[in-house]
Amino acid sequence: MMGTIDLDRSDPNFLKELAGQPGGERVQACFTCRSCVAGCPISAVNRGFSPAKIIRMALYGLREDVLKSDFVWLCSTCYTCQERCPQGVSITEFMTLLKNMAIREGHAPAGVRAQLKRVTGDGRIYPIDDFDNKKRTKAGLPVLPTSCEDIKKLFQ
Amino acid sequence: MKYAFFLGCTIPARARNYELSARKVAETLGIDLIDMDRFMCCGFPIKGADRSAATLMAAYNLALAQEKGLDICSLCSSCASQLAEAAHHLSWDDDERARVNERLSAVGLTYKEGPRVRHFARVLFEEVGAETIKAHLKKELGGLRIAVHYGCHYLKPSSIHDHFDDVEDPVSIEELVALTGAEVVDYPGKKRCCGGPVLPVDEKLALSVAKEKLDSLADAGANALCLVCPFCSVMYDGNQKGIESEFGVTYNLPVLYLTQVLGLAMGLDRKELGLNMNVVKTKELLERLAE
Repeated sequence: MMGTIDLDRSDPNFLKELAGQPGGERVQACFTCRSCVAGCPISAVNRGFSPAKIIRMALYGLREDVLKSDFVWLCSTCYTCQERCPQGVSITEFMTLLKNMAIREGHAPAGVRAQLKRVTGDGRIYPIDDFDNKKRTKAGLPVLPTSCEDIKKLFQ
Repeated sequence: MKYAFFLGCTIPARARNYELSARKVAETLGIDLIDMDRFMCCGFPIKGADRSAATLMAAYNLALAQEKGLDICSLCSSCASQLAEAAHHLSWDDDERARVNERLSAVGLTYKEGPRVRHFARVLFEEVGAETIKAHLKKELGGLRIAVHYGCHYLKPSSIHDHFDDVEDPVSIEELVALTGAEVVDYPGKKRCCGGPVLPVDEKLALSVAKEKLDSLADAGANALCLVCPFCSVMYDGNQKGIESEFGVTYNLPVLYLTQVLGLAMGLDRKELGLNMNVVKTKELLERLAE
């Protein structure tokens, strides 16, 4: 991902595609001040991660490189960059947009896909079973439903 | 003061100490938390994968509370943020609201105007207030040096939380802890993320993020860390031993929910507050309190 930028790989429509979706509206306003990098908790422990670089790559139209990279998935969605961006770029929402596009095109970590399947199937990340309810009762907490019918109706 | 109680996924399954202590503190302060059997996941865990599906799940929960004429109170910062964000989004995006309502009709619900969404700590800070809380405190927590971790979604994005506290210089949780007589310890990196959301993608990276804060807390000489989100607790309490063995360090730092700290000052007992379920043992900390 580092090194010379190959503009032959650039997709001239990528920017337009991004600008029309929530999170992508103001990304062209980025003037590379790198405030986002300075406050990023992931950049602090992994120098390879940089929200500014992802934005730059997107602005160059490097659609495939951005959507296929593991990078976007490392954003912890802490919103520090978004709160501080002097240009009003909704950086965290932009990362969410890239993640959504990546998964639609088949590029997503297996854990993320599994989580999507579980949540939209069971209505919970951690479904409650009888054993959980036994522990809850013992602790003096109310019993919770062990299945969710409404989720099936919402997503069928 | 009455709220639909939004438990989310993590708390009822993995953070019963938080749920127990919050219910006790609410009962003591006269906050009526109504259990809602039909609530489902807030949608936050799937926002990265499918934002529209996440909004639909949030709208479903909001519509349920709305139907009962209740505002929502959440213990989890991510749930509070996701629900508030969806309500904010649906307040101006007519197309999205129409799409959501088409799907909600399958479960007999309609999304109209979103109820207010509040984190429990915000309810304590803004609505219950220092004076009332203080009137219910029976025990000074003097001698304890407690540091606070705000986490991210409790305050951010600030636009959907009405800027109720300053994201760059927050005070709300520290002011609540200070009511107990404990010394509130400031430390570098107080606003840093716990790293939790990247745990399923890159475990070592997530643990490195959490380690930074634990190092800073050790340098600051804190006796305990106080927080308000079950995800953050997974990182600092649940994974503290893992971080110790991964990086060859020792912290042994008890991690308490705000509701456990306040509960102790209310004179509630250890078991009532679920302190026996905290992963890092709190025995020495409580002995310090007894001295």
